[in-house]
Amino acid sequence: MDAIILQILNGLDKGSAYALIALGLTLIFGTLGVVNFAHGALFMIGAFCAVTVQKLVTLSFEEVDPTRTDFLGNPLKVQMPYVDALFGPSAGEFLINWSVPLAIVLAIPVMLVVGITMERGLIKHFYKRPHAEQILVTFGLAIVLQEIVRYFFGANPIPTGAPSAFAGPMDIGAILGFTPGTVIYPYWRFVYFIFSAIVIGGVFAFLQFTTFGMVVRAGMNDRETVGLLGINIDRRFTIMFGIAAVVAGMAGVMYAPILSPNFHMGMDFLVLSFVVVVVGGMGSLPGAVAAGFLLGILQSFASMNEVKSLIPGIDQVIIYLVAIIVLLTRPRGLMGRRGVMEE
Amino acid sequence: MLGLSRKDTGFLIAVICLTLATPIFLQPFPETSSLAQFNAGYPDLMQRFAIYGIFVMGFNILFGLTGYLSFGHAAFLGVGSYSVVWMYKLLDYNVLPGLVLAVIMSGIFALFIGFVSLRRSGIYFSILTLAFAQMSYNLAYSVFTPLTNGETGLQVYLNDPQVLMSEGAPTSPHLFGLVMNESAKVAVGDWIFTFNVGYYFTAIIAILVFYLSLRIFRSPFGMILRAIKTNRNRLNYAGINTKPYMLTAFVISGMYAGLAGGLLAAMDPLTGAQRMQWTASGEVVLMAILGGAGTMMGPILGAGFIKYFENIFSKINESVLHQWFGWMPDGVQDFVIGVVSPFVGEGWHLTLGLLFMVVVIFLPGGIVQGALLVVGMFRRRNGHDGPKKQESASSAAQPAE
Amino acid sequence: MSTTEKNIVLHVDDVHKTFGGLHALADIDLQIEEGKTHAIIGPNGAGKSTLLNVVVGRLSPTRGAVVFNGEVLTGKAPHQINQLGIARVFQTPEIFPDLSVLQNVMAPAFAKRDGSFKLNFLSSLERQTDIRDEAEHILHDVGLYERRNTHAGALSRGDKRRMELAMCLIQHPRLLLLDEPTAGMSRHDTNTTIALLQKIKERGMTKIIIEHDMHVVFSLADRISVLAGGRIIAEGEPEEVRSNPKVQEAYLGGAHL
Repeated sequence: MDAIILQILNGLDKGSAYALIALGLTLIFGTLGVVNFAHGALFMIGAFCAVTVQKLVTLSFEEVDPTRTDFLGNPLKVQMPYVDALFGPSAGEFLINWSVPLAIVLAIPVMLVVGITMERGLIKHFYKRPHAEQILVTFGLAIVLQEIVRYFFGANPIPTGAPSAFAGPMDIGAILGFTPGTVIYPYWRFVYFIFSAIVIGGVFAFLQFTTFGMVVRAGMNDRETVGLLGINIDRRFTIMFGIAAVVAGMAGVMYAPILSPNFHMGMDFLVLSFVVVVVGGMGSLPGAVAAGFLLGILQSFASMNEVKSLIPGIDQVIIYLVAIIVLLTRPRGLMGRRGVMEE
Repeated sequence: MLGLSRKDTGFLIAVICLTLATPIFLQPFPETSSLAQFNAGYPDLMQRFAIYGIFVMGFNILFGLTGYLSFGHAAFLGVGSYSVVWMYKLLDYNVLPGLVLAVIMSGIFALFIGFVSLRRSGIYFSILTLAFAQMSYNLAYSVFTPLTNGETGLQVYLNDPQVLMSEGAPTSPHLFGLVMNESAKVAVGDWIFTFNVGYYFTAIIAILVFYLSLRIFRSPFGMILRAIKTNRNRLNYAGINTKPYMLTAFVISGMYAGLAGGLLAAMDPLTGAQRMQWTASGEVVLMAILGGAGTMMGPILGAGFIKYFENIFSKINESVLHQWFGWMPDGVQDFVIGVVSPFVGEGWHLTLGLLFMVVVIFLPGGIVQGALLVVGMFRRRNGHDGPKKQESASSAAQPAE
Repeated sequence: MSTTEKNIVLHVDDVHKTFGGLHALADIDLQIEEGKTHAIIGPNGAGKSTLLNVVVGRLSPTRGAVVFNGEVLTGKAPHQINQLGIARVFQTPEIFPDLSVLQNVMAPAFAKRDGSFKLNFLSSLERQTDIRDEAEHILHDVGLYERRNTHAGALSRGDKRRMELAMCLIQHPRLLLLDEPTAGMSRHDTNTTIALLQKIKERGMTKIIIEHDMHVVFSLADRISVLAGGRIIAEGEPEEVRSNPKVQEAYLGGAHL
C-alpha cells in the first residue's frame, strides 16, 4: 500500500508538468486550431525566468569585511549581494532563498509578452495553412528560441534551488498514518503538485465562470457562429494564447528546482506532452489533464523494480506504448471530440 | 534511355557528372587562400553529403509524394547502422553483407511500424512514428544493450568472432579489399583534391538509388502517391486501395534510411543509439523542407546545405571573424563581430532555425521554389514572358511530365 | 428477391438509416434497371445524398441491404465497391488538384486495368500508352483535351465537374452515380453536360442521378423516384411523376411543372 502511494506521488510531479504543458497546447489547438511545436520552448523560457531571477538576486559586488580576516591576516573580501546592501541582510536573504517562487512575478509579464508577440507576429499567419506547415514553422521557432537561450545561458544545466523551507524530504507516510520513514517524498515536488492543481483549477474556473471564458469555449466549438454574433473572437484567442504561454511559463519556473534548467529541456518535454495531448484527445482540456497525470503515474509505476524485473525495459517505453495502444483502439484519444484533426 | 524520358535522362546524367566531380568542385579555393576553410572537398564531409542525400531521398518518397510527415525516420537509420556493425563483428570488415542486412532489417522494421502507424493520418501518424522511434531509442539504451552495447555504442572488439576474417585482410571497412578510408591526393598548383574510396562507394550507391527514386517519381505508383497527398478519399472511390500503396512507400522510404544508416557505419565502423533520437528524425525533415519536399533535387540540396553549414559554418569562431573584419575600424569591427558571432560557430543552429522559419513562411517550396522564382524573374526581365506564371511555381512539385 | 426478369442491376432492399434518433432514410426500396437513367429528386434534406452514400459504402445502413449484381455492398470498402463497377461523381468536385488534368483521368483508369493495388513503381507513366490514349480520348469527349496538361486545381468549377465525369467514364462503370452533376453550372455548361450525359445514355450505361434542376431531370431520366422526409413517396415514368399530386404537394409546393 505505502509502495503504491509512493509511486503515485512520484508520478505526480512529472504528471503535473505534462498536464500543464498539455493544457496549454490544447488551449492553443482548441482555440486557434494551431499545432504549436514551440510550446515546450515556452516551458523552457519559464524555467530560465527562474534562473534569471536567481542570478539577479545573487548579483554581488566585492566588499572588504573589516571584522574578519583571511588566513594571511588580511581583511577578508566577501561577496556582497546587491539585494543585501539594498534591503538589509534579512530581506536580502529572503529574496535569494525564495527566488524561484518570486520568479513567477517576472514570468507572468514575460510570458504574456512572448506569447502575444508570437501569436501576432507569426502564428496568426498560419491559421489557414496546413497543420504540417504549422508544425514546421513552430518547430523552427522552437529551435530559434532554444538557441537564443543557449547563447545567453550556455549549454550546461544551471542548478536552481528551492526555498530552504521546502528543500528537504517530507515524511508523507507518517502524516497518512503509515510507519514513519516508508513514504518519503521531496517537499518541493509536493509543492509543485499543489501549485499545478491550483493553476489547472484556475484555468478551468476562468473558462467556466467568466464571460470571457464562455465566449472562448463557444469559439472553440464553433468559431464562425461566434464571429457572426459580432464578438471579436480573434482578440480573445490572442489573449488565450498569452494565457497558455503563461501557464507553460509558470510550469517551467516551478520545475526549475526539480530539473536544473537546460536549453533543450523544452523539446524533451514537448515530445512527451504531444503524446499526452494525443492520448487525452486532441482538443479536450480535461483529456489533456487526465492523460498528463495518468502517464506520469504509469511511468512511475513502470520504473518500480518489481515491474521492471517482470517486463524489462517497460519503464523506458511505457508512455509510447500507451500512446500507440490508445491511438489504435481509440483514434480520438481518451476524451477527444469527433472530427478534430481528421481529414 | 533506361526507361526514362529524354529530359530525365539528361537530368540523371547531369547528376552523375556532378556527383563524380564533387571532390573537384567542392574544392574551389587554393590551400593557401584564407577561404580554404570553406572548401568542402574532404572525404568525411563528402561522404555525409551522399549518405544524407540517400536518407532524405527516401524520406522524400514518403513525405514529398504522399504528404505523410514521419517524425521517426531516424529509427531506420539506427537499425541500418547496427546491422552493418554486427556484420563486422560476426563476419569481417567487408561492408557488403552488412549493407544487404541493413536494407532487409530496416525494411522489416518499416513494414511493422508502417503497418501500425498508417492506420492513422495527419498529426496522429506523426505522433505514432515519433512514439515508435523514441521507443526504439530508449530500448537501444536499456533492454537491447546486448544488441546495441548501450551507451558505449556498438563497435568491433578483438574477441569478436569475425569468422571470415583472414590473415592480412583489412582491419577497417572495405569492399572486397577496397579500403574505404583510403584516398588519393592530387595537387594541381595550390589546389589539393582528395579522391576517396569511401566517397566514391557512397556516391555510386547514391546515384543508383537516385535513379530508383526517379523511376518511382515517374511511375504510375508515384502518381498515385501524389494523388493520395491531395485527395486520398477520392482515390478510394476511384477503386484504388490506398493502404498498400502507402505501406509500400513507407517501406521503401525506410529501406533508404536503413541503407543510409548502414553507409554511415561503412564509413566509420561504430554506432550508437543517438542516431535514432528524434532530433535525427527532425533533421531529415529540415533537410527535405529546406530544399523543397516533393521535388527530386530539392531535398538532396537541402541535405547538402545543412551538412555543409554544420561542418563549415560551425567552424567560424571569433578569431576567424577578427581576421575577416580586421580591415574595419576597431569600434565598428567589434560591433560587427558582436552582431555576427551569435549566428556562427556554436550558434549555427540559430541560423538554421531562422533560415528554416523563413523558408516555411515565405517559400513553402524550399530552395527549389526560390530558384525557380529567381529564374522566372530573370526571364521576365529579358522579355521571355512565360505564359504560365502560376504554373512555374507549382511545377516544382512535379517536374517534367 | 426476384432479380433478373428485368435485368435489375441494383437492389436497394428495405434500407433504413438513422443518425442518433433521426430517421434519415426509412423503408427505401429501389430497383435500378440496366441501361436506364434513374433520377432521384426531392426537397433539401429529403435524404438523397444519404441514400447515395449508402450505395457507395460511405455510410452503412442501419437496416436493410444494397445488392449490386448479386453482391451485397453493405460492409464493403469504397474501393471494393468501385471495383465491382460503381463510379461516382460528387456534389462538390472531388479531384486531385496537384495533378494535371490528364493524370486525374489516368488514375482511375489504373484502378480499372490493374485492380485496387499493383506494385508498379518501376514502370514508367510515359509508357502507359493504352491508358494515356484512352484518357485523351475521353478528355476529347468532355471537351477538356486542350487543357490536359493544366493543373487540375486551376480549372473552373464547371471544368472540374466535367473532368470528374471523365474520371468516372474512363472506368466504363456498370453503374454511374451522379450527385447534382450540374449544380453551380452556367446554363451553357449545363446544356453541354446534358448533351454529354445523353451521349453516354446511348452507350447503355446505367445511371442514378440526383438533381435539383428539373430541366436536367426531364431531359435525362427514364424513371424518377421522389424522396421526401427519408421515404420514397412516388416512383414512375417522368410523366407519371410530373402529374402525381402527392409529388406536386410535397416537392413543388403545388406549383406546376
